[in-house]
Amino acid sequence: MADIAEPLRPAVIAPKHWGDLSIRLRRGAEYIVIPLLALAITALLFSLLLLALGKSPLEFFALVERGGFGTSFSLQNTLQRSSPLILTALCVALPARIGLVVIGGEGALVLGGFASAVVAIPMVLGHVPPLLTLCLMAAAGMLVGAFWIGIVGYLRYARGVNETISSLLMTYIGIAIMNFFVEGSLRDLSNPNKPSTMPIGDAYMVGQIPGTDVHWGLVAGIVLSILLYILLSRTTFGFAVRVAGGNPRAALAQGLPVGKLIVICCAIAGACAGLAGFFEVAAIQGRANASLAAGYGYTGILVSFLARHNPLAIIPVAILFGGIVASGGLIERRMGLPDATVLVVQGMAFVVLLMSETLYGRFKIFQVRGAADRT
Amino acid sequence: MNESAFVIVLVALIGGALRVSTPFMFVALGECLTEKSGRVNLGLEGTLVLGAMTGYAISYKSGSPWLGVLAAGCAGSVLGAMHGYICKLPKVNDIAVGIAMMLFGTGVAFFFGKPYIQPSAPRLGSFSLGAWTGNLEITTALQINPLLLVGIVTGLVMAWAFANTKWGLIVRMTGDSAASARAMGVSVDLVRFLCTTAGGFLAGVGGAFLSLYYPGSWNQGLSSGQGLMAVALVIFARWSPIRCIIAALLFGAAGAIGPALQSVGITQGYYFFNAAPYILTLFIMIASADSKRAARDVPGELSITK
Repeated sequence: MADIAEPLRPAVIAPKHWGDLSIRLRRGAEYIVIPLLALAITALLFSLLLLALGKSPLEFFALVERGGFGTSFSLQNTLQRSSPLILTALCVALPARIGLVVIGGEGALVLGGFASAVVAIPMVLGHVPPLLTLCLMAAAGMLVGAFWIGIVGYLRYARGVNETISSLLMTYIGIAIMNFFVEGSLRDLSNPNKPSTMPIGDAYMVGQIPGTDVHWGLVAGIVLSILLYILLSRTTFGFAVRVAGGNPRAALAQGLPVGKLIVICCAIAGACAGLAGFFEVAAIQGRANASLAAGYGYTGILVSFLARHNPLAIIPVAILFGGIVASGGLIERRMGLPDATVLVVQGMAFVVLLMSETLYGRFKIFQVRGAADRT
Repeated sequence: MNESAFVIVLVALIGGALRVSTPFMFVALGECLTEKSGRVNLGLEGTLVLGAMTGYAISYKSGSPWLGVLAAGCAGSVLGAMHGYICKLPKVNDIAVGIAMMLFGTGVAFFFGKPYIQPSAPRLGSFSLGAWTGNLEITTALQINPLLLVGIVTGLVMAWAFANTKWGLIVRMTGDSAASARAMGVSVDLVRFLCTTAGGFLAGVGGAFLSLYYPGSWNQGLSSGQGLMAVALVIFARWSPIRCIIAALLFGAAGAIGPALQSVGITQGYYFFNAAPYILTLFIMIASADSKRAARDVPGELSITK
């Protein structure tokens, strides 16, 4: 052991540091290359399906490009749709870090949106200032979402109830609760076409980011992703979560409050999805109705898995899938394909992606000798 | 509520249980077989929807609903085989694959099923258990479909086979301890692949019941979580085919509460009664997840309860 007072020589540190970096880069490349490979294979398989149906794959990809990213209008539409995808993907990613597969983001989104629409009713009628109203609406949405997924986490820890099944069941229950009120006591009778709550009115809507048609939900999603990334990778809490996710028994033996961590993770996750619901109500729909259950929660599952549950990676993946979802209508009209086309693409991508999990560690180029025990 | 209304509700409830329970029963039996071999297939919701679409489409094209049932089973076994094959790859999580298959199966069914929403396909026939009463209401309420009996017989055969045959022993051993199965020279992957495929077949048949008998049409809202509830039901039934049948009947009754009350004019809280099966499932999961008996009966290799 050298003298502590002796200054550390850079020459000794640098190679080690660079070695570390190269390992991290190679590892990182593996996590990028394999999902990209999975997406490429999905594109290939889907092209074969289109060929078998007598449609042109080139036209399909051109339409995705144009309907999702090509023009400034379509790009803004894409960004608009990626905001709930980011938030619902976070609802999957956070529990995944602690080892839970929660797929109930759709339910938290629906109930969160519904709760914010309900909170808005007395405030709009009482002419409370819009900013205060929106803050309370967002808080209500996040609280309800946090409560909803928090239940899933609690049941998992306290009773050992499988969180995947229970969270999906909770989604069905959540949608039924919203329908019950929207078609019953909270129905706005002035709107005979579609059962909805009372509209919150233009003055109370969340505005757009200046210079664009994209609402502030995108900013909220990106900021939350970054915050949660920092929370997971740079804080004691995040470290405890990762330990508990990696090996719950070791975490318990270390005296970590695993149950509490699970419930907190699930509650934060639910709050994200609830916030997505708030933005859907306050920035897009203006009221709560069945359109809230548009499937963002399910697409968010795929986004999170594709991003390997990394909050930062979720942002680009969500934008990609936002583009695919946004171009759905155009594809439907131009190519005469059913509206479920986007669903098939997503399902295929998901299946191929999970198959690609088996490739990790198979390619020599990503492996560094002696680095097997580092992560 | 007066007495005659009560009788109507009761008969509607029993009749509803007999009708609604069949898809639950098939999916639960399929999942039971898969889980007995040590793997979880959460994707049976997608299998159910794809089976419903395939059954309806083939019945419409061929004019024979039973051919539709067979085709639905085959479509289900294709999805099951996919699940079984993918899970065989190292490092692949069967729960996640199940979620993917759920989305994939539903997507494929909606994609190819669009042309079949409008046309009306020949349905499966039925016969009544209540014909002897001579009461028209009871006769119509207690109509049952032969598939219900097929399901019950399948469950009984499965229970018998698990307990008494070499194949049953191999499946149970694979599910309880892959290491001992390997030591016996059994290919664990093959057994699980076959069990998942056969389980997919059963779930597909359950789907055909949805589109060809009750509710008896094909549309995108046909199944809303029945497949998933059936998976939860297997845990409640503690991996016994006979208890799966009983649990399916119970769930059928829960699903029939809403329509039964509607038949006597109680429409309040319709959405809550629609949610009844989900809430019931959740409570059943809460009640049965932690019990010692469940811990004793669970196949040792299963990832769902760990």
